[in-house]
Amino acid sequence: MSLGSVPLKYRIQIDRQQCMQCMRCVDNCSYGVFREEDDGNILIDSRKCTACHRCISMCPRDAINLSERPVDYRSHPLWTPEAREDVINQSRSGRIVLAGMGNAKDYPIIYDRLVLDACQVTNPSIDPLREPMELRTYLGQKPSKLDIRKQENGDIELNTKLSPNLELQTPIMIGHMSYGAISLNAQLSLAKAAAKTGTYMGTGEGGLHKDIYPYQDNMIVQVASGRFGVDINYLERGAAIEIKIGQGAKPGIGGHLPGEKVCTDVSCTRMIPAGSDAISPAPHHDIYSIEDLAQLVRGLKEATEWKKPVFVKIAAVHNVAAVAAGIARSSADAVVIDGFRGGTGASPKVFRDNVGIPIEAAIASVDQKLNDQGIRNKVSVIASGGIRNSADIAKSIALGADAVYIGTAALISMGCRVCGNCYRGLCPWGIATQREDLVSRLDPEVESEHVANLINSWTLELSELMGAAGINSIESLRGNRSRLRGYMLDEGTLDVLQVKPVGA
Amino acid sequence: MEPVHIDARALHYTPLNQQIRKAVSEGATEIIVDNVLGQRFIADGLKGEVTIRINGVPGGDLGMFMSGPTCIVKGNCDHAPGNTMDNGKIVIHGSAGDAVAHSMRGGKVFVRDDIGYRGGIHMKEYGTGHKPILVIGDNACSFLGEYMAGGVIIVLSKSGNTFGGRGVGSGIHGGEIILRGELKERQLGVGAKITEFTEKDLEKISPYIEEFCAYFEIDPEKYLDTRYTKIVASSSRPFAGKYVWE
Repeated sequence: MSLGSVPLKYRIQIDRQQCMQCMRCVDNCSYGVFREEDDGNILIDSRKCTACHRCISMCPRDAINLSERPVDYRSHPLWTPEAREDVINQSRSGRIVLAGMGNAKDYPIIYDRLVLDACQVTNPSIDPLREPMELRTYLGQKPSKLDIRKQENGDIELNTKLSPNLELQTPIMIGHMSYGAISLNAQLSLAKAAAKTGTYMGTGEGGLHKDIYPYQDNMIVQVASGRFGVDINYLERGAAIEIKIGQGAKPGIGGHLPGEKVCTDVSCTRMIPAGSDAISPAPHHDIYSIEDLAQLVRGLKEATEWKKPVFVKIAAVHNVAAVAAGIARSSADAVVIDGFRGGTGASPKVFRDNVGIPIEAAIASVDQKLNDQGIRNKVSVIASGGIRNSADIAKSIALGADAVYIGTAALISMGCRVCGNCYRGLCPWGIATQREDLVSRLDPEVESEHVANLINSWTLELSELMGAAGINSIESLRGNRSRLRGYMLDEGTLDVLQVKPVGA
Repeated sequence: MEPVHIDARALHYTPLNQQIRKAVSEGATEIIVDNVLGQRFIADGLKGEVTIRINGVPGGDLGMFMSGPTCIVKGNCDHAPGNTMDNGKIVIHGSAGDAVAHSMRGGKVFVRDDIGYRGGIHMKEYGTGHKPILVIGDNACSFLGEYMAGGVIIVLSKSGNTFGGRGVGSGIHGGEIILRGELKERQLGVGAKITEFTEKDLEKISPYIEEFCAYFEIDPEKYLDTRYTKIVASSSRPFAGKYVWE
């Protein structure tokens, strides 16, 4: 017996009196929701809609309406419509359900239960309009002490050999989104924005396309288990190198770019055969211990003559602090922690929604562990995964991060509407696609401006938040948990965060 | 130019590599490194047309990210020689450890005797001229050619012992693994399959066998027949049927 169909997720309707039948909706919908009939009418297939909002954004008459889940199931607190539909989907297919973007479950957001401090009378706030605010951030190992000697002529001589650091004009970086997962125009937009704002972005595990070379000084090149796109030229081009061990949206399962997306250009950039699946399994097959990780870190440093910082990215999972402490001892210069809200082009839904821990708890526990062990200076901490605004950034830094990576937010600033269908390669905004007609919709000049605006506005807000808290240097905010209070957080979580409750 | 001699006795790998790089930048075409005892990362990221003769036992990741040079090792090798190598050649007069030629995308690795586990893992080819070759004189351990996406691995089993490992070609989605003798189905990894080894295949791999034999002064005639098993990917899209959309 057939399982039948599940109800529509979205219903698209056109206000026929408003519609002037310009057919922009037909042209713009890459999912095929709209079709022009011979008589000039527009037919709608709502079942194909992903709520990407492209049609709504492009309609000159605001004639299109979208409503979510127009048909109700019998209400049930346990068997939600989503739970039932997943069962039906898997009963039909016998396959793993693939999902895009970040964790879509209704977990409490710790950021929203943390409040920042502001100075009043006894400790006055600082006006960023007339006082210099220092947001410049250096990522990399710091010496535990400086050996400074005064020469006979009065000059000061620094005898300590400093490790290479990345200099950021703002503690906001753009996370790793690979060519293949996103389009070249999308990567170009992000790279231009990183250069404009004096920060860095990650290549992801997709290699470095030659069109990005002009922005290589602002790129962090990634080395994942499949070693996609990795050769000595790639390593030398990057401002820093990042070893990807794990990712917040899919901890412990590696990555996989479907063969449909591996066109000739992606093939050459990733250095893999065209049309074949790009498989990047969970483990690096030369890393089975912290000692092995240290070997790869040192191998990368040796290849680039110890001139570049090497980061190690892990997913925020249980015992993340102990893992980070091991990474700090592996010669790595920064540990990147990706929380369970981290986005992705494709992840098994069961992983995306159920594996990992919130980034807020991970940052705090890592910072605390590194401090307790006296090795906090050996490694910078970069937080990522679900950072939505400047307040999240300020809270991340107050919990112990040196800097943050933003991913989904940067995509939203380029048009992404978080419809979560990135894995289908049909992104109508020209972001998560390799289809030429769709890619050409995204103008790198325009979108880089939008991304740069976002980073600049968040940087301004950070300055204001710091000023309000009486802080004029980002270094004074870092790990400064006294600037936070927990609101409606349980005692256990407050203990992990090392944050006092409101009123205390 | 006369060969450049470097004594690696009690030398850390970084100053050793610095000496090698300096010699290459000064135009050396041949470098002889004596008394190598476990130094890792020799020729790591090195570019150029230079031959490095290594006397002793190099540590892990010999020729990692290397692009162009030839390393000839008179001795055994630790794990992962040729790790993510782009181009060049590694000739090992002895045995090597695990993950030999890991993620190699060009160039050749020849090992006279045995290698450890996960040999040729993630080897890939792309475009033109990027085809990695790994030839093993005697035998390999399990998980040979895992996740392989191109290139050729040849195991000659010169001592006469046929390949006894398992998990051959797990996750393979490109390239060929060619073993002397027979292989049982149960020794195959997920996604790998056995196909017939033909005269045409022999024609394709003969140059690699002849090159291998020339390095180690072995008569190639013994290996130029069709008594091989060829393992290839059952699909270039091993995960194509694993997922369904949300």
